[in-house]
Amino acid sequence: MVRVSELVSKESPVSSPSDAAPQYVITAENLTKRYGDVTAVDGISFRVPAGEAFGLLGPNGAGKSTTMKMIGGVSQRTSGSLSIMGLDPEQHGPEVRAHLGVVPQQDNLDEELKVRDNLLVYGRYFGLPMSYLRRKADELLEFAQLTDKANAKVDALSGGMKRRLTIARSLINEPRILLLDEPTTGLDPQARHILWDRLFRLKEQGVTLILTTHYMDEAEQLCDRLIVVDKGKIMAEGSPASLIRDYSTREVLELRFGSDRNASVGAELEGIGERLETLPDRVLIYAHDGEAALEQVTARGLRPVTSLVRRSSLEDVFLRLTGRSLVD
Amino acid sequence: MTKPTTTATPALRAHSPEVSAARARRWGAFYYAEQVLRVMKGYGWTIVMYGVGQPVAYLFAMGVGLATLVEANGAGAFGGVSYLTFIAPALLISAAVMTAANEFTFPVMDGFKWRRVYYGPHASPLTPEQIAGGQVIAVTVRFLLQSALYFAVVALFGAAPGTWAWVSILIATLAGLSFGLPLMSYAATIRNDKGQFAMVMRFIVMPLFLFSGTFFPLDTLPLGVRWIGWISPIWHGTELGRVVSYGYEEEPWLTIVHLVFLLGLAAAGWVLSKRQFAKRMAS
Repeated sequence: MVRVSELVSKESPVSSPSDAAPQYVITAENLTKRYGDVTAVDGISFRVPAGEAFGLLGPNGAGKSTTMKMIGGVSQRTSGSLSIMGLDPEQHGPEVRAHLGVVPQQDNLDEELKVRDNLLVYGRYFGLPMSYLRRKADELLEFAQLTDKANAKVDALSGGMKRRLTIARSLINEPRILLLDEPTTGLDPQARHILWDRLFRLKEQGVTLILTTHYMDEAEQLCDRLIVVDKGKIMAEGSPASLIRDYSTREVLELRFGSDRNASVGAELEGIGERLETLPDRVLIYAHDGEAALEQVTARGLRPVTSLVRRSSLEDVFLRLTGRSLVD
Repeated sequence: MTKPTTTATPALRAHSPEVSAARARRWGAFYYAEQVLRVMKGYGWTIVMYGVGQPVAYLFAMGVGLATLVEANGAGAFGGVSYLTFIAPALLISAAVMTAANEFTFPVMDGFKWRRVYYGPHASPLTPEQIAGGQVIAVTVRFLLQSALYFAVVALFGAAPGTWAWVSILIATLAGLSFGLPLMSYAATIRNDKGQFAMVMRFIVMPLFLFSGTFFPLDTLPLGVRWIGWISPIWHGTELGRVVSYGYEEEPWLTIVHLVFLLGLAAAGWVLSKRQFAKRMAS
């Protein structure tokens, strides 16, 4: 197994002009992007210190990918300011992009080339010499658990393998910042866990991870801090735990009374827990103690078809903030 | 955290982002060309067969078969050279233009839409203009290679008598670019393939191939269709090719017009392509 420390160098300097304590690798102020009349990103501001795993959580169409494209230096902002490693991506596109590793939402590997050649070719875009690339490609294939596929054509790979190859490709230049746009969308649970493990190793190495996701479990697993985005605006910001603490209760009681009764039973549940949320398929009771809440429900003579007590998650935070679910 | 390794090989380190960016700014188009050429290697045999097989078939059928009929009716119309020598430059130029019609259409669509291969390098230090440039450089290499092969076959048939006949390899490359670059800028605007490229092949490339003085001098055609030749890179290229291949005599100003026409079309196509690539990738 390749030591991850060899894959990503630790002491690559952050070229910040000042010596101020937290070095922000990304600073966005009032970042806005409009396409005609549509405002995809509506004046968002955030700062990401070096080494943080920073997430943008929100439903499809929230403006996450657009934000990523602006950070990635491939899409021009309409207004606001943006700085990556102290550089404006619109003034210094190639310099900014040379600092980054990018995993796009849609794989864009060259399917006509072999797996290993995809890495070599990509490294050439950074002007990296072949002597470096040959060894680096082998290391990254091992990191991505694709060594035995090195000479396979890309279209012979499974979705999870393609995703891992895309991540390996994004690491060819040893970036200190990795942008991941919906890294595990469309993958089965096992493939997702393998991927999370790889990303976690990178994080341990001090690589700054910027990721978008609409999976709350992904955000909880990987992100030190995240912003919840909806309709181009930031709804909340904080660590997963602090967001849950601030916007939800410790536990949630999920009750199902059958689709025709969920709505009507609401009135009879008044007063149990701190908050009640009625969804088409279930009723959520937010309470510090879920079991106690369930006892109160049964004490009122109500008999739900199923009941479940669980910890609050980011999904609940999102529901609270927007009144909608993350995944439609 | 970095554990010192005791192995003999030095630790692998990429050069700094600053070096990456500086190199990409300077050589980016060539880096992308490298990628396209690697992909072309995958269909290298097609390129060789196109370069060798096609001229052999054409030269044999037209230059040997058809020529016996044509020349029986007096070879004077072809400037005193054999029919084979007359059509060889035209076939060479046409082959490059037909290659252009393929290489500057489907791969561009593939880059932007089908497999989105342009968006990989787009996230790297390369610029959209360099990606367009790389595509052009790689196809130019193909033009040169294929035309050189084509020319070698033509020479073997004894249909390239002039000392400067080899220059027709460069003329074919230029003609390919002057047709291909405007086409590339058009291909970069297409968002949905509704058979536009097949239409280009059928209604632009084929008429140009047939009415560009390819098989008979342009002035044997009625004026009503002669204009097709005048706006055709195949005709301008072919006339130039004939000048270098067998000393075809034409007014010097006309030679200059051919050259300026081809260079102008290529330059305009390049400017439009660059602009379109940048516009489409920024959106």
